[in-house]
Amino acid sequence: MADIAHCRSDFPALQQDVNGHPLVFLDSAASSQQPAAVIDAVARYQREDHANVHRGVHTLSHRATELYEGARDKLCHLVNAASRSEIILTSGTTESINLVAQSYCRPLLGPGDQILISWLEHHSNIVPWQLVCEQTGADLIVAPINDRGEIELDKMQALMTDRVKLLGVGHVSNALGTVNPLRDIITSAKKLGITVLVDGAQGVPHMNVDVQALGCDFYAFSGHKMFGPTGTGVLWGREKLLEEMPPYKGGGDMILEVSFENTVFNELPYKFEAGTPNIAGTIGFGAAVDYLQSVGMQNISEHEQALHRYMVAKLAAVDGVRLIGTAREQASVQSFMLNDIHPHDLGTLLDHQGVAVRTGHHCAMPVMQRFGLPGTTRASLALYNNTDDIDRLIAALEKARQVFA
Amino acid sequence: MNNLNNNDELQDLYRDLILDHAHNPRNFGRPDEATHTAEGINPLCGDKLHLYLTIDSDNRIAAAAFEGSGCAISMASASLLTETVKNLPVADADACFVAVTKRLTIRSSDSAAIANVDFKELRALDGVRRYPSRVKCATLAWHALHAAIQHPQSTATTE
Repeated sequence: MADIAHCRSDFPALQQDVNGHPLVFLDSAASSQQPAAVIDAVARYQREDHANVHRGVHTLSHRATELYEGARDKLCHLVNAASRSEIILTSGTTESINLVAQSYCRPLLGPGDQILISWLEHHSNIVPWQLVCEQTGADLIVAPINDRGEIELDKMQALMTDRVKLLGVGHVSNALGTVNPLRDIITSAKKLGITVLVDGAQGVPHMNVDVQALGCDFYAFSGHKMFGPTGTGVLWGREKLLEEMPPYKGGGDMILEVSFENTVFNELPYKFEAGTPNIAGTIGFGAAVDYLQSVGMQNISEHEQALHRYMVAKLAAVDGVRLIGTAREQASVQSFMLNDIHPHDLGTLLDHQGVAVRTGHHCAMPVMQRFGLPGTTRASLALYNNTDDIDRLIAALEKARQVFA
Repeated sequence: MNNLNNNDELQDLYRDLILDHAHNPRNFGRPDEATHTAEGINPLCGDKLHLYLTIDSDNRIAAAAFEGSGCAISMASASLLTETVKNLPVADADACFVAVTKRLTIRSSDSAAIANVDFKELRALDGVRRYPSRVKCATLAWHALHAAIQHPQSTATTE
């Protein structure tokens, strides 16, 4: 196991000054920085190994294919999928969810059917369902959350009926950091035979994820929130379901045989991967998995939990800070307000002091409406953050308050 | 030294005049007699405001008011706008829209479009020039002004 305190030096972007101050990066929930190992893996491929995958018989095409498919194997092991056929490589969580909406739900749903989500969801776990509901006449229904930002489990369970054909729920809320009680939710849904998709964009980077143990049917996540390049992601799905689903996009690589009369689709996972994929990004994604595992998911999880507790305690002690999202189980994220300072003003004031945070609605506008806010300021953690970062955030908040006094 | 520079820059953006207008916006509220209104929306930030103009028979802005919510920059800019355009002929007010948006989005201030406008207190907005992500906050109300003049009831966005 690597000493987590030394990980920070693995990230070139963190070794810079911003606005005259050493950068404090507290926006990893939006997109995390990349370690040199990922940047180098992508560069090495671009310099030495680039060719199209699954096509050529020449050496470079063979190398590119090995690297690309090697990344799939790493991702398969990371989330403990039963088989590499279940790992569909996508451009990210958003595409993964759209794939399920269009390929799984669209043929299945009709008027009177329902898709159930929670009030905590990110736009990418709302809008794809709205689109498929419009296309099929099904309804989108939403389980409420309480004032702490937790799903009201009993109310969600009450909404689970035989009309619900799919339940979509986040693993960890990107806006409030709430860790959802997936075990309870999935157990209840499965009793009624409801198919469950978990949006794991904020889960996989921060904790051990075992899709088989979770018992869900689909699990979606993104590379760029776990130290990989943008434009990479995974849809994990149960092989049986994936087999039954029609292709999502048509094109090369997803076929076995094409004539103008008929096309025989390729086997899993290629059936869902039309066209030349994001080869370089996926190779980087594989390197990011290696990096995460070299540090150790348990190690990362413990470090972030301890740092999160430190951050919440420090923030709560700042005069004028109101914490938004106080779930009993939280991970890596804390939203807050400082007096009546608008989050965008606060974001600018913090940026001036070299502290990068996210401000606004965090692509989760219903959550903000639930709390009657235009947005919040959000600090989010990754394995490279430390208590100095939190102390700098607190000092910057004190100064911001003075400017607006 | 860097810290000092930084503070100067911060105070350049959040000048006392800006903070004063943000905390105590002038002409805030919905008047009964408005003849032209526009909604301004900045979808990225969630800033939203309504601008109300009362244009008299001489095509002069007899009154301007606004209501809405947003960051200090957008609120202060809207407040300053209402004070600036009051009693101006409509054409002059529209020229202000062009001048302010140009002034905040171009580096040089010698453009012909802005030569004839007396910016007075509007100079307080100049601090946003250094912040590309905040320019839209400052120009939102001005886009709404332009929209209201063009169409008595309309919606303007910064996108």
